[in-house]
Amino acid sequence: MGNNKIILYAAILAITVIAPFVFPAFGTQLATLWLMIIVALTWDMTGGQMGYNSLGNIFFYGTGMYVAAAVTIGMVYDVGEYTSAHGGGITSFTDQQYFTGMFVGILAAGVFCSVCAVVIGYLTFGLRGPYFAIGTLGVAIAAGELVSNWDWIGGGQGIALPVYPGDLDEGKVFFYFLFALTGVAVFLFCRWLYQTRFGAAINAIRDDEEKADAMGIHTLRYKLVTWSMAAFFVGIAGGISAFQLIHFEPLETAYQTINLGIFMVVCVLLGGKGTLWGPVIGASLFHVFKEVTWNYFLGWQWVALGALIVVTVVYFKDGVMGYLLHTKPEWFGVKIDQKASEETS
Amino acid sequence: MSDVIIDVQGVSKSFGGVKANTNVSMQVERGGITGLIGPNGSGKTTLFNSIVGYHPIDGGSIKFEGQEISKLPVQKIARLGLLRTFQQTRIYGAMNGVENMLISLPHRKMSLLDALKKNTREDYERADQLLEFVGLYEKRFLKSGDLSFGQQKLLEFAMALMNEPTCLLLDEPTAGINPTLINGLIDRLKRANEEFGITLFVIEHNMRVIMNLAESIYCLAHGEMLAQGTPDEIQNDQKVIDAYLGAH
Amino acid sequence: MDQILGNIGLLFEFPIVNFKIVIDGIMIGALFALAAYGLALVWGVMNVKNLAQGDFVIAGGYVSWWLVQHGFPALLGVPAAFIVMWGIGWVVYKLVISRVIERDLFTSLLATFGLAIMMAQILNLLFGSDTQSVDLGYETLYFADGLIDIPIAKLIGVIMAAILAAGVIIFMKSSRMGQAIRATAQDARAARVLGIDTEKVYAFTFSLNAAICGAAGAIIVMVWVIQPFYGITHSIRAFVIVTAAGLGNLPGVIAAGLGIGALEQYGAHIFGIGYQQAIAVMLLLLVLLIRLIQQLRVRQVLK
Ligand SMILES: Nc1ncnc2c1ncn2[C@@H]1O[C@H](COP(=O)(O)OP(=O)(O)OP(=O)(O)O)[C@@H](O)[C@H]1O
Ligand SMILES: [Mg+2]
Repeated sequence: MGNNKIILYAAILAITVIAPFVFPAFGTQLATLWLMIIVALTWDMTGGQMGYNSLGNIFFYGTGMYVAAAVTIGMVYDVGEYTSAHGGGITSFTDQQYFTGMFVGILAAGVFCSVCAVVIGYLTFGLRGPYFAIGTLGVAIAAGELVSNWDWIGGGQGIALPVYPGDLDEGKVFFYFLFALTGVAVFLFCRWLYQTRFGAAINAIRDDEEKADAMGIHTLRYKLVTWSMAAFFVGIAGGISAFQLIHFEPLETAYQTINLGIFMVVCVLLGGKGTLWGPVIGASLFHVFKEVTWNYFLGWQWVALGALIVVTVVYFKDGVMGYLLHTKPEWFGVKIDQKASEETS
Repeated sequence: MSDVIIDVQGVSKSFGGVKANTNVSMQVERGGITGLIGPNGSGKTTLFNSIVGYHPIDGGSIKFEGQEISKLPVQKIARLGLLRTFQQTRIYGAMNGVENMLISLPHRKMSLLDALKKNTREDYERADQLLEFVGLYEKRFLKSGDLSFGQQKLLEFAMALMNEPTCLLLDEPTAGINPTLINGLIDRLKRANEEFGITLFVIEHNMRVIMNLAESIYCLAHGEMLAQGTPDEIQNDQKVIDAYLGAH
Repeated sequence: MDQILGNIGLLFEFPIVNFKIVIDGIMIGALFALAAYGLALVWGVMNVKNLAQGDFVIAGGYVSWWLVQHGFPALLGVPAAFIVMWGIGWVVYKLVISRVIERDLFTSLLATFGLAIMMAQILNLLFGSDTQSVDLGYETLYFADGLIDIPIAKLIGVIMAAILAAGVIIFMKSSRMGQAIRATAQDARAARVLGIDTEKVYAFTFSLNAAICGAAGAIIVMVWVIQPFYGITHSIRAFVIVTAAGLGNLPGVIAAGLGIGALEQYGAHIFGIGYQQAIAVMLLLLVLLIRLIQQLRVRQVLK
């Protein structure tokens, strides 16, 4: 690592640590920013790096929420009784029950989602391009619909977790750091992964899967592993969200296909697909844009976000990093040689 | 008895009404260089595709090192060490030469944990050596999509060598290569065979090349195996001459 | 679980119920087939997979509903929706679709997904999130001791769908534009060489698709219900049908449309009405898996 890079990383780390204390009023928004970074980075693992554009990664977010909730509650109460009481009477958790439940629940969410990714991937990785996108979208929508009909887990009413035991502001900072920690972990993980042979192999799958097959690369294995790694982190993020939100329901919070589910894709496109920093930059830009403009649209926010998706996709598809790569290739060590294709032809 | 590495028995393959291969039988000797010739559209590429599992065959049997492979998909066959290059060269155009080489490391010999490591010094050295071997060392950091067709063919050949196959099927390796460089390529193919011990099975249109290269040659015409023999026998086989004349 | 078994038992106890379910399914399936035909048309001609398909349907439904609210006769809604959605389709084509045609498929998929979100939200702001329908005021016919009920409105809906479909088919077969569309679908470059203005063909095709969807929506609002966020399910149904039938296979699209309609009705009968959306999506997954297995047999993937 060059000196500049070390300074850059140190600066980002410093901002990350002090941000919630400098801007206490924005604690939740800052936590959400990290959530966006997590889902964007993990989406890019398959979408940008491997060429499998999932529209259903939100499935892991929603499933992570429900698994974390069910495990946490299940460690203390009977889940069915708990949900049918709708928080009436039997919702007291001791601090120890809360934190142990949270730890086990969030971890279980990650693990369960990884397993789901392997199973779903095994069935869907024969689908290419638009079929994969629509198939995974279908999985997410179906899951939301099924969960909202499943009373044991709260049905369409959703489910409520216990409230953070400390005071409110402390809770905000606590969840901020959970997200930030996960986000940093995901970033470092991706940074490492993309430098390995595995990283090169998933790029090969993206660029020409048939050739990768013909060279004996374990394409299915790598695809499953990649998606399950992504799903692990998204599941964790979902688990944290479950505790942060306290109450959530299936269609609009957990399996929110048309909100977070599509935002993560837009973040990646905005920042630059298939790059390490792209998702981070994109998520930051998108989130700031969203938060800053939110109040000026007078009820038309969602329309504006839809429009932003369309505009990004149609007019700015290579994103910030793509733009930089195009205008400043030397920053990325790309060599261009005019004499490239003379001689031997 | 000599050692047969690929054993094709009575293989047929048709596309709709087109019979691309009819009851084709042939053997590739381990450690040798075998040639496959035939006029355009005679079913050579189809036979390759059948062997490497690109499509299911209609009938017959294909064995690799004694194991029946006609029911296996492409990846599994490639992982047995039976590799092919494409007639329409396929390389990773967005990547540079070295990256292409590194992707071609023999993943079949790696566990998942091995794959999760970075490339070693030796990997880089080997990539450089092989790029040198095919004469692309100078261009190793250029985007391979910008290379000429002939250079891409050479790169694909180098990638195949990087993969350390037991047996390599080459579909028209000299097509698009500058004629002045063809002798060099023949030499490299022979060296790949001798020094790396890779069995070669080569489709070739260029008669001069195949006669110089192969020890045993098969000739396809209209999807049927027409003749087999040494270069001399094939050159003097009236059926082969007729097939080529008839095709023109 | 008991309830599900009970519902299945009912099908055997009163076989006539099956009859009713199938009829209902076919009536609604005819409308699914219309939207799916439009999807296949756009897909085949310009290789754009339109995820806003269902939102065109719903928008058409709201056009008709709005007219009825303002005192116009309900049947006028169908041609009105056709025309209005034609215009909207044209604008959408010029602003968005024309710029993604040459791009990779994920781009068009995402762009139309963004459009779908926009349309759903606009409809929500304009008309609210309640489910709406238009009551034609006709009676219901009863057969078999009242076990089968067929509202006349539904019959009218099916007839109108058939008229619309016949009109489109005749148009595609015999008009100059229809022939140009088919030529472009076969080979756009060759069509250009032959002097066909493919840009115009694309714009026309997309507008026509939006109009067909709009008209289908105007019928759906008479025989069923609409809601701003139902669009995505209609889009998914259209995909299911086209995936099952394959492109350029008109009888297949009709058969698959009717089949999907019937299967959904069975699903709703067995599992309960709350599962309607889930069933539509599960059918998508089922069809994708079946197609995938078919492709695997010839060692291909579903592209
Ligand atoms: N996927 C396919 N679908 C339909 N027909 C095919 C397919 N592949 C090959 N064919 C047909 O099978 C026949 C044999 O083709 P093949 O490519 O094997 O010939 P070839 O000997 O490799 O020719 P060339 O020397 O031109 O490369 C041809 O008639 C070709 O049109
Ligand atoms: Mg060939």
